[in-house]
Amino acid sequence: MQLTRRKLIKSGLLASALACGGGIAAVLAKRYGLVPPDSGGLYGLGETLTYASQRILFSHQSLAREFSHNQISTNFPGFGTVMPDYQPYFFSMVEGFKDWRLVIDGLLAKRLMLSLSDIKQLPSRTQITEHICEEGWSAIAEWTGVPLSNVLNVAGIRPEARYVLFACVDGHWGSIDMADALHPQTLLAYRMNGQDLSVAHGAPVRLRVERQLGYKSLKYIARIRVVDSLKAIGKGLGGSDPEAGYSWYAGI
Amino acid sequence: MADCVARPAVSPQGIDTTDRRHSALIRITHWINTASFLMLLVSGVAILLAQPALFWGETGFFGDPSLINLPLGQNEAQTSWGRSLHFLGGWIWIINGGIYILSGLVTRHFQKDFLPERNQIALTTVREILSNQSLFRKSSIEEFYTYNLVQRLAYLTAAFLLAPLTIASGLAMSPGLVAVMPGLVEAFGGYQSAHTVHFFAMGLLVVFFVVHVAMVTLRGFLPRMRGMVSGRIAS
Repeated sequence: MQLTRRKLIKSGLLASALACGGGIAAVLAKRYGLVPPDSGGLYGLGETLTYASQRILFSHQSLAREFSHNQISTNFPGFGTVMPDYQPYFFSMVEGFKDWRLVIDGLLAKRLMLSLSDIKQLPSRTQITEHICEEGWSAIAEWTGVPLSNVLNVAGIRPEARYVLFACVDGHWGSIDMADALHPQTLLAYRMNGQDLSVAHGAPVRLRVERQLGYKSLKYIARIRVVDSLKAIGKGLGGSDPEAGYSWYAGI
Repeated sequence: MADCVARPAVSPQGIDTTDRRHSALIRITHWINTASFLMLLVSGVAILLAQPALFWGETGFFGDPSLINLPLGQNEAQTSWGRSLHFLGGWIWIINGGIYILSGLVTRHFQKDFLPERNQIALTTVREILSNQSLFRKSSIEEFYTYNLVQRLAYLTAAFLLAPLTIASGLAMSPGLVAVMPGLVEAFGGYQSAHTVHFFAMGLLVVFFVVHVAMVTLRGFLPRMRGMVSGRIAS
């Protein structure tokens, strides 16, 4: 192997160019919010590349595919929790969730506390979309709910807002960025296939995040909070699924 | 080392054996490709175990009529690391493969070394290459420095048909990408169809991989490994 001076200079220049490029890319990614909360660790590079590229290349408003009524699946499993093991939830369920209240606070002009009927009175959206599970199955259903953006806009989003956090009755919690939170198909859904959401599918209100895998569409929403950082919450990974090893961003 | 006889640089067949068989770029991308392909394969199986059934069309779940139920034990617990490793491997595989393909097009590597030459194209050539006498013997010097018709077709199929097909069918399963390019998943006839195509294209790439490793081993493992590591076939 001959290492000529010319070769050495050439590879040196290439290595410094790559290092500089990488450094600049990292700074820019941070500056423009393209770094997901689980960017550290063994798989962090892949998570960051996927999240950053999808956020850069795809318009924030591009809609997930919608389907026709005759494509609705008859076989749509309730997955994960199908009955939260929590007494107050059970009592509320028996009463048709009459005492259920959703608190929405954080980086908003005002704190909201909404009952199920309050939510049903807000302008709604109905969409027939495909739920794609990270395990490989998929099923189509019609969802009706209030776009999350409507609720957040009613409360007034403060400019520092970067993420929306969700806590669920079954102990799950998660978060999405503002691009998905304000996406027109992101719903607080209370109806599935024309009927009130069943307990197996997350009654009384579940999240629909149509441009990500099914596990981001959290069920049994109990509380919503708008934040500017996920660092101080739990392990700082943005949700119970990321803490269990799943990608925070599930657009692929 | 007094008895060490200098090797003739030019073989009796007129091949300069001190020449590098493969350029540095090809050697580096080859091994990055190997590593990332194995990452994708292991993690792909880990993901598949969560639902070892293949469907056709848009939707599918256990109980729906499936195309194939794979004889694999179901294991839902491997998808978290499986997915993360799969997409890390995928990024490396695609960027590395893109560099390889681009450079091969620029340097006309594919046209010069892989497009079958006119006098090669014949069914009898294929039959001869695949005959027992020639398939399992050690390569001659010239054979270390060129590709026969079957090799050329196999490499071109893997690089220009199977790899793009696994990438396209894989991306067709991305809910984020499909929101922007619905035509990608529709071209496969639905999400589950894309999943099934992804599986079979991967299966063919695995066949390529196994045959490739077997043939390298049978036809002269060390010279070929040297050729892909240092670049020189001769030791």
